[in-house]
Amino acid sequence: MRFLPHTDADIRSLLRAVGVAEVADLFTEIPAELRARAAVRLPPGASEPEVRGRLERLAGRNAAAAQPCFAGAGAYPHFVPAVVDQILQRAEFYSAYTPYQPEVSQGTLQAIFEFQSLVAMLLGMEVANASMYDGASAMAEAVLMAWRINAKRPRVLLSRALHPQYREVVRTYTTGAGAIELVEIPVAADGRTDAERLAAQLTDQVAAVVVGHPNFFGIVEDLEHIGTLAHARGALLVTATSEPIALGLLKPPGSYGADIAVAEGQSLGIPMSYGGPGVGLFATRTSYVRMMPGRLVGEAVDGAGRRGYVLTLATREQHIRREKATSNICTNHGLMALAVTVYLSTVGKAGLRELAVANTANAHRVAGRLTASGRWCLPFSAPFFNEFVLHGTHAAAAWETARSRGVLAGVPLRRWYPELADGLLVCATETHDAAAVDRLVEALE
Amino acid sequence: MTGRRANKQAGLLLDEPVIFERSRPGRRGFALPGGGEDPAAFLPADLLREPIDGFPEVSEPEVLRHFIRLSQWNLGTATTFYPLGSCTMKYNPVVNEAVARLNGFAGLHPLAPDEDAQGALQLIWELEQMLAEISGMDAVSLQPAAGAQGELTGMKMIRAYHVEHGRARSKVLIPASAHGTNPASAALCGYSTVQVEGNRIGLTEAAAVQRAMDDDVAALMITNPNTLGLFEREIMQVADAVHARGGLVYLDGANLNALMGVAKPAHMGADVLQFNLHKTFSTPHGGGGPGAGPVGVRESLAAYLPTPRLVRAGEQLRWSDDCPRSIGRVRSFYGNFGMLVRAFAYILALGGDGLMQATAMAVLSANYIRRRLEGAYHLAYPGVCMHECVFSDKGFDTVGVKTLDIAKRLLDHGFYAPTIYFPLVVPGAIMIEPTETESKETLDEFIEAMLDIAQEARETPDVVRNAPTQTPVGRLDEARAARHPVLRWMPGTKS
Repeated sequence: MRFLPHTDADIRSLLRAVGVAEVADLFTEIPAELRARAAVRLPPGASEPEVRGRLERLAGRNAAAAQPCFAGAGAYPHFVPAVVDQILQRAEFYSAYTPYQPEVSQGTLQAIFEFQSLVAMLLGMEVANASMYDGASAMAEAVLMAWRINAKRPRVLLSRALHPQYREVVRTYTTGAGAIELVEIPVAADGRTDAERLAAQLTDQVAAVVVGHPNFFGIVEDLEHIGTLAHARGALLVTATSEPIALGLLKPPGSYGADIAVAEGQSLGIPMSYGGPGVGLFATRTSYVRMMPGRLVGEAVDGAGRRGYVLTLATREQHIRREKATSNICTNHGLMALAVTVYLSTVGKAGLRELAVANTANAHRVAGRLTASGRWCLPFSAPFFNEFVLHGTHAAAAWETARSRGVLAGVPLRRWYPELADGLLVCATETHDAAAVDRLVEALE
Repeated sequence: MTGRRANKQAGLLLDEPVIFERSRPGRRGFALPGGGEDPAAFLPADLLREPIDGFPEVSEPEVLRHFIRLSQWNLGTATTFYPLGSCTMKYNPVVNEAVARLNGFAGLHPLAPDEDAQGALQLIWELEQMLAEISGMDAVSLQPAAGAQGELTGMKMIRAYHVEHGRARSKVLIPASAHGTNPASAALCGYSTVQVEGNRIGLTEAAAVQRAMDDDVAALMITNPNTLGLFEREIMQVADAVHARGGLVYLDGANLNALMGVAKPAHMGADVLQFNLHKTFSTPHGGGGPGAGPVGVRESLAAYLPTPRLVRAGEQLRWSDDCPRSIGRVRSFYGNFGMLVRAFAYILALGGDGLMQATAMAVLSANYIRRRLEGAYHLAYPGVCMHECVFSDKGFDTVGVKTLDIAKRLLDHGFYAPTIYFPLVVPGAIMIEPTETESKETLDEFIEAMLDIAQEARETPDVVRNAPTQTPVGRLDEARAARHPVLRWMPGTKS
């Protein structure tokens, strides 16, 4: 086996040193009835060319990966500069573990410190953690954190215009976790969260209001208004972003007084990879930092006065606090956080804004082309970023036709929104050139 | 002037400022074709922000050099032996990195129609079956993003099971040696935890479990081999004691690397377990994730697995949301698919025999270290160990040397440190897990370093107490960092 270095002579030598005749003698503590049935019946091992061949054949059966993809809905096709993956392939990064020994983990630690700084700036928040698994579980952790902060209040209001899977994860996480009641706030006719219905539900029993920024339909919510409503009743404002490129252009959650802001970071330098791994971004106010889940890196100095970084404020965490921890999360998505850090460093201040503008412009251009014939319309009137709902009574058949023509023409909304059964959620990014857009328009004719 | 020149550092110990301090107005590392549109043509101006103050303005070569330098300040398994107990820091095969990046996987949108993603679904299907075969469990979901999320998923399922059978129950039994994630995961499901003490040889006894069991206990969470590296010999009687009162057994699969071909969790009486693909199945630890934490269950719990489930419909595989008894989703989409690709490639490469050989060599290597160090260091529990062995700093108190000092001194010797001060049941624990991918020469070098340190501790204890000195920074003041947390760089900070 090419990953195992032990020769027969090595094994004999190790056995002799241990003082046993054969490896089986090391397992005598294990009940014989367990040992007798333990054989792993899988095919014999395979050489590298065989493994590679098998995986290439499987990859080749994913036709969608080679086609124009106008689907967003929480996973976005974006260009990734080559420098990002070059760094990700540094084995010094990927083969390290959680930086328990800071003296020989300064690379990971400084990169996370830079990540925390970038995320805080992107979200306009005071402090960000070292990352979560993904946007959905980050939102669930944000709900739990808000509920801990507003301890006596049992209700959390979730906008129906949040990503449906994020809402499902919140339901899973909160079931049995305590007396948390989730209330769904409907979508108004313009595609934003219905502020009137929200106001009616906002009582002193509400711990937090959670809305998307932009929301699942790509629409920019009226966060100013929602934040004011929530804070007037003592509820926290929590925002969730699944397309963080938008924050290169839109005012960030922090500028609306968000108390906790979470996001999915996949758009920032991470391939879609059939939905994972991405990375959860999680930020809050400094005053809540000790209520925060997840790891945190802080600046420190050594005995010689040199600057360095360490894991800090660990008394919130499971390995210290056990059942009283702020979360059960252990490690995070460190390598994906590194991808985000390299990506944002490369794209930079001007590039991020240009990307965000290009996405907006392209999505609006595509929306304009699709609606020009009159066969499609945009049911929602509120401003949108890089994805939009496209409505047409023939949507299901048209989407299927496009599929047969090799174009992923967005995501049908029927499975999540019966009231939008004739809707497609269509996304356009900087990756969609004129030829791809032509194919989409033709495919949906 | 950069920090490097200011500190007059030279040679290979390159100082590297934070990326923000490399920023110069107008510099850039990225450009798009075209551009120049006015965003106000599409969005109301009052929704827009200015370009983000403080965001890096650096050229691409500066980005590359910055992160390459940072990488050089890290030790990984690719650099050196990384005997971090309980983390199974085995070799991460490079081919796995290549296949996970194939465009057919990396470029696949998760909401692509099932018909156009059959390769991905086939991989998921086969990996579920491989893990079922390795563990003996009846059904597997690959959705959880990490071991801790797998635990949470498992405990949610246990809760759902009890709710359906009358009531959720209120308590979970956890041995004192458990990972901290166990009690934290149980608490997230609304359970209080009751600690079960191990016996004098570090094991959980069925009699102790039986005494702790009552009709309010939902489950026992147990790690086997336990975190002392010992196989729980009474595991089947322990499971019987739990089942006799209607409880379920959650088996923490963190140490599965010790079990392949040796014992299957299902046969031990496990009802649920999580797999840590980043441990047993070689996916990289990534400096702290992403991992992947699939869960396996007995048939009686399969209906509670997270939604969606992969089902076969004739020749095709497809996702099914028709899971009315499911606990629901624990994350978006289907799991850390990129990590699943790597684990799948690893299992293909080793095959059944190779996996069993991996376990055998991991256990042999751990016992070799145990035997060779037990004269110089206090072994917490005597006798044969499984994949890891736990020593302590007992006996070094007379010279004022602690576990932390020993760990730091190992860095000077060019090794990463073992896991220290865990498990909590061993004061000053030093937990060493070599894995199967280290050669005898590497093990010997590590052993020699440990023996040298033991000798140094007695002869020149200051050398050990002042370690490390051969690292980019010395010991950092963690207490001060926590008292005055600086958790981010602020715009306006001068370089």
